[in-house]
Amino acid sequence: MSSLLSMAGVRKVYDTGVVQVEALRGIDLEVAQGDYVAIMGPSGSGKSTLMHIIGCLDVPTSGHYELDGDEVATMTEKELAEIRNRRLGFVFQSFNLLPSLTAQRNVELPLVYAGVAPAERRERARAALERVGLGNRVDHRPGELSGGQQQRVSVARALVTDPALILADEPTGALDSVSTSDILDLFDELNESGRTIVVITHEHEVAARAGRTVHIYDGQLTDESLPAAPAGAGR
Amino acid sequence: MTDWRETVRTAVDALNARRMRSALTMLGILIGISAVMLTVGLGLGAQRQISDQINSLGSNMIIVTPGQTTSGGFRGAGQATTLTTRDASMLADPEVAPSVGAVAPTSSTQASLQSSETTWTSTVVGTVPDWLSVRAREVETGRFFTADEVTASANVAVIGSETATELFTTGSALGQEITINGQPFTVIGILTEAGSSLGSNEDDTVIVPSTTFAARLSTSGNAISVSSIYLQAVDADSLSAAYQEVNTALLASHQVTADDADFSVSTQASLVEAATSITGVLTLLLGGIAGISLLVGGIGVMNIMLVSVSERVREIGLRKALGATPSVIRRQFLVEAGILGLLGGLLGVGLGYAGAAILSPVLSMTVEISPMVTLIALGVSLAIGLVAGVYPASRAAKLAPIDALRSE
Repeated sequence: MSSLLSMAGVRKVYDTGVVQVEALRGIDLEVAQGDYVAIMGPSGSGKSTLMHIIGCLDVPTSGHYELDGDEVATMTEKELAEIRNRRLGFVFQSFNLLPSLTAQRNVELPLVYAGVAPAERRERARAALERVGLGNRVDHRPGELSGGQQQRVSVARALVTDPALILADEPTGALDSVSTSDILDLFDELNESGRTIVVITHEHEVAARAGRTVHIYDGQLTDESLPAAPAGAGR
Repeated sequence: MTDWRETVRTAVDALNARRMRSALTMLGILIGISAVMLTVGLGLGAQRQISDQINSLGSNMIIVTPGQTTSGGFRGAGQATTLTTRDASMLADPEVAPSVGAVAPTSSTQASLQSSETTWTSTVVGTVPDWLSVRAREVETGRFFTADEVTASANVAVIGSETATELFTTGSALGQEITINGQPFTVIGILTEAGSSLGSNEDDTVIVPSTTFAARLSTSGNAISVSSIYLQAVDADSLSAAYQEVNTALLASHQVTADDADFSVSTQASLVEAATSITGVLTLLLGGIAGISLLVGGIGVMNIMLVSVSERVREIGLRKALGATPSVIRRQFLVEAGILGLLGGLLGVGLGYAGAAILSPVLSMTVEISPMVTLIALGVSLAIGLVAGVYPASRAAKLAPIDALRSE
């Protein structure tokens, strides 16, 4: 199978004790190596839940999820942590950089958990920051950087472990339009150089850059061949 | 997984980012550790002081006092009539008590002294020449009285150094005439300074022959009764043999059984033991109270770590998303709590030493802080930090990454 990511019949049920909420009702999704996929959907559609499961931050209630050849659905917390560390790079809406650390050390963080030696960590972090055009900002703390620059740092952090998949959750949600197209250009470049990217968004501008758009509505994927989704998600 | 240097660095960064709070938390441990060190140090110092004092009374010494040590009831301790000079001379017999080297029966009373210059009140002790060796004292100037002078009930006195300077502020006391309760005496010797021991000033005293004491100074009405008998074993190894001999001989001559003995025999070791067991209990009690403050300090660490965990939910979530396993997160917070405890302990040990240095002269007592106590204090403070960190750390470790990331 050439799929990097393969989901079959993934369901996620949240048991609140009183009611059972079915957030995902059987998701089938294939993402091939080198794909650039946007997942769109309104609030409450199960979009975030899907992102958590793709990101191995949560496990499905039932169904199969294979990432880079490994069945993730039944993994322990510790194994999931390793998968997140080695195979995934996260880009969050709110950047999620640690404010007390320099850009350099923020980018080094995943390498710390991967057990990479300090010298190699520094080198790789610097290379990743240069890759996103922040080679001259390595010693700045997040507070000293603009929103766009902070998001570049977090892209560098996502890249530094050389992950199989970059997962971006509303990556431009907190950015102005200039920074937005900046980051989207960066994603385009990364995708052209062979990176697999899954981006969760509700912005058409973002989805338009992706090679393929998947719509999620009410916990189910709807016709994914229609990029504009005129009838699907009412927002 | 991760290296320790990075873990420690992250912990120090986190503590440093909340400097005030970390300092206040450490203060709790600091106060607890220094309080425990000081109370225990004071207790140990007092114990050492008391045993030094008892040991300074003499060496290989056995003390016989009237009355009984067992608190059986009706015969109160300190009744002075049950021990006599006859007991003393019996114990001096090498056939009765071969392990006893020297015997010094003593009687004492408070008496008023008068010199050509002034008057003074002091403790007057009647005894025999052996007193000097049994009590490990020395004569500074002049000489001690002889056995002949005891036989002759000579009016001679050997006085303590402080008594000498009190009575004769200008010249030497040696050879001077003094009166004790109106009786004339010649000062023939002055004792070397010995300091005070167990609350009695060993330098303010007048030693006279026992016979002279009995004939002219005794207030008990019974000329042959003595207030205690000091004995010295021939050497350290025969101390317990001497103890047995003295006990057996006295029981036989007093015709009593061990259960209703009208005297008590104690060795220096047993006195030290009795005294230190009392201070030991006190030390334990005070140390325990101080230990409670340490416990409170530990609770402070736990409290602040819990606050820290709930404040850093997002950070924890992010770290988990980036690949930190639960055990890495747990270790991170344990190290942080441990550092809080250990640093507090280090500062507390520093304060303990400073307090000991300040308190020792102020209380005129030694506050004894040994390296062992220091090491234990540091170990305990680290342990308190770690124990206090266990619960917060496992809470942090259990946080689900999605919940952690969601809390904005």
